[in-house]
Amino acid sequence: MLRDAWLVTKKDLLIELRSRILINQIAPYTLLILVLFGFALDADTETLRDTGPGLFWVSTLLVAILAIQRSVDVETSDSAIDRLMLSGISPTSIYIGKTIGLYLQLIILEALLFVVMVVLFDMSVVNYPLVIVSAIVTTLAISSSGTLYGVIASGLGVRETLLPVLFLPVLAPAVIGATRTFGDAFGRVNADGWAWLGLLSVIAIVYTLVGMLTYGNIIEDT
Amino acid sequence: MVFLGQFPALTGATMNIREGEVVLVKGPNGAGKSTLLRLCAGLLPMRSGTGTVLNFDLRTQRMELRAHIGLLGHRTGLYPDLTVSENLKFWAHAYGANNIEVDKAKAFLGLNDRLGSVQVQNLSEGQRRRTSFALLLIKRPSIWLLDEPYAGLDSDGRELVNSSILQASELGTTILIASHEIDKIGSSQERTLLVKGGRIVNDSSQDSER
Repeated sequence: MLRDAWLVTKKDLLIELRSRILINQIAPYTLLILVLFGFALDADTETLRDTGPGLFWVSTLLVAILAIQRSVDVETSDSAIDRLMLSGISPTSIYIGKTIGLYLQLIILEALLFVVMVVLFDMSVVNYPLVIVSAIVTTLAISSSGTLYGVIASGLGVRETLLPVLFLPVLAPAVIGATRTFGDAFGRVNADGWAWLGLLSVIAIVYTLVGMLTYGNIIEDT
Repeated sequence: MVFLGQFPALTGATMNIREGEVVLVKGPNGAGKSTLLRLCAGLLPMRSGTGTVLNFDLRTQRMELRAHIGLLGHRTGLYPDLTVSENLKFWAHAYGANNIEVDKAKAFLGLNDRLGSVQVQNLSEGQRRRTSFALLLIKRPSIWLLDEPYAGLDSDGRELVNSSILQASELGTTILIASHEIDKIGSSQERTLLVKGGRIVNDSSQDSER
């Protein structure tokens, strides 16, 4: 199962390397969002620092939607999904492979976003381990649910408009937890980041398990 | 009975196909030919009726059946951003095939090294179809389901596809071909089904039995 999943992941990453959509289109969009937030909140650095953790995760969600749509398009644009289903690779392996591929792409985008935010908003981190672990866990929640909801939306034929409507409410608890955790890691809020991280971990595990169990049935119906 | 959304795409299909037969599925546009092939591939669920392919039940064992099926559909199922070689390599790994089988298929279909390094999105329609057909040869399935396999191919390509079909048939592969463009393949085990309005309205094997 893992061999097949890794095969799917490698293929998705190779496609991104060849198409350069992540680098040429999604990454600049990520940076634009942060810069626009900066303008919208004026040059008041204290406000930017206070809202930085929330802006980071909202920005991540917005670019995640593009990355998810791209991940689904790769399989549906020329019916490669049919060939995948006929290949003997289990739906669970496809799900895991595509989730890992999306995860790695989002981690790269988040690293870029993080550096830009720290420089642009003049922020300083007080707890690096908390930042790293919460990014790892929250990104798993986003990529595992995104892979699932991307396929659900594609089956309904109105992916571009429906995906955010389905996906964002599901991720709301994760964004709240991630914002609190980042706020603590940046020393901006009085919250126990590690406790929030526990909640994030539960969300990530539940979303991943639900995805593994239901992905097969969903691609059958789409 | 098979529905596409709310539309009953296939409502009356009774047939029994023996191993090694080459079956031409004919009929007008929208008759249900592609739906019949996708049903046999295990890609569409049956709403009512019964069916088995290779002893796999089409209601309960579609996932198990799929690994034994080779489907050449209207779309190629290739990744446009990857090169021909990268596509072949990925699918060969997915099928559990080795490099020798990949090289044999490439050589047979005239997919040379120069073409191997071209992204699929930059290929002509005929070259895409050839690449897609190479994947069928690499997979070596028990059943070939070919939906308009000659579309976009030049005369050389058509001959290659035809000779592949005949060779595979001689080796015992069962082949269903939905096509507007041919009336005969030249196999000794050939038969024709005529599909209209989601029903099989004529079967040449039953004609010959009468």
